[in-house]
Amino acid sequence: MPGLIGRKVGMTQVFEEDGTVMPVTVLALGPCPVVCVKSRQTDGYAAAQLAFDKVAARKLTRPERGHLAGRNIEPHRVLREFRADEPPEAGTVLDVTMFAPGDRVDVVGITKGRGFQGVRKRHGFHGGPETHGCKTHDQPGSIGMSAWPSHVFKGRRLPGQMGNVRQTTVNLRVVRTDPDRHLLLVRGAVPGGRNSLVLVRKTRRVPRKKG
Amino acid sequence: MEVLRNIEARQLKAEIPGFAPGDTVQVAVRVVEGEKVRSQLFQGVVVARNNSGLRETVTVRKISDGVAVERIFPIHSPNVTAIEVVRHGRVRRAKLTYLRGRKGKSARIRERSQDQGRAPRGAAQRGRAPQAKPEAGPGEA
Repeated sequence: MPGLIGRKVGMTQVFEEDGTVMPVTVLALGPCPVVCVKSRQTDGYAAAQLAFDKVAARKLTRPERGHLAGRNIEPHRVLREFRADEPPEAGTVLDVTMFAPGDRVDVVGITKGRGFQGVRKRHGFHGGPETHGCKTHDQPGSIGMSAWPSHVFKGRRLPGQMGNVRQTTVNLRVVRTDPDRHLLLVRGAVPGGRNSLVLVRKTRRVPRKKG
Repeated sequence: MEVLRNIEARQLKAEIPGFAPGDTVQVAVRVVEGEKVRSQLFQGVVVARNNSGLRETVTVRKISDGVAVERIFPIHSPNVTAIEVVRHGRVRRAKLTYLRGRKGKSARIRERSQDQGRAPRGAAQRGRAPQAKPEAGPGEA
């Protein structure tokens, strides 16, 4: 089974039966029709292309419209591929019934963009002392050595763009599904802001062996 | 947002008596001890109500064997099985933190009769039963 495309609705909490409070993220997923199937023979890899978020046809470019119309699928805003060894047939519609409470899922999203940030916020550096005559409060400090090696090593953590990158939160527990409203409740946080696009798939994390 | 409110609304308790800071309240808490489940009562003065909706909590203060105990209960938690108002108190602030430094005489709270002061949160929808006017003499019990 591949996964589902959807949007993040937001976070709330759920009381468990024993009274403990569980933080949950609400996701609105699907329904996602399978647009086409990629196979190892023709494309070199096995995957299913899913569509999500119905829109008016005029919102799409002509190639997009043709791609969907040729396969008798209504216009959708988003197309994404999911790798799947045994992809479902083109035309089938996937929804949250593919998940059940207790399942483990991975959620892919785009993290909130934080712009160009310094080394403190971006990498958690401590910075310099605020007092005692110190003049560098918020600087990365030394970033390397001298005549040898005469360059800054790759991977040096420096200021730069923070956030707005694709990130996967793995191994989240499905708390509840609501097939009527196409909702999935997942324990914990998920990258991105409200209404941001998310991809959900069965987790790739291999469960740890016991004992 | 609508969706979130829906999910939260389903977990809200339908009936919560109207009570406000200053009131004396008896809270029944479900306690699980191994196999056994029993109900524990905690009676004290409402010192504060915090947050709203599903996350609303109430801080109750009591003096237990000479030691002051404050417990914070999530009002909508399934572990809080019942809240009962024992006595309405007349106070002039929303958070009774001033009680913390006091004991005995200075920690008294005057009783509020029905027609006096503002009605506590939620009192309207419950429609408090008319009760006899409490006997004179402030600060008993």
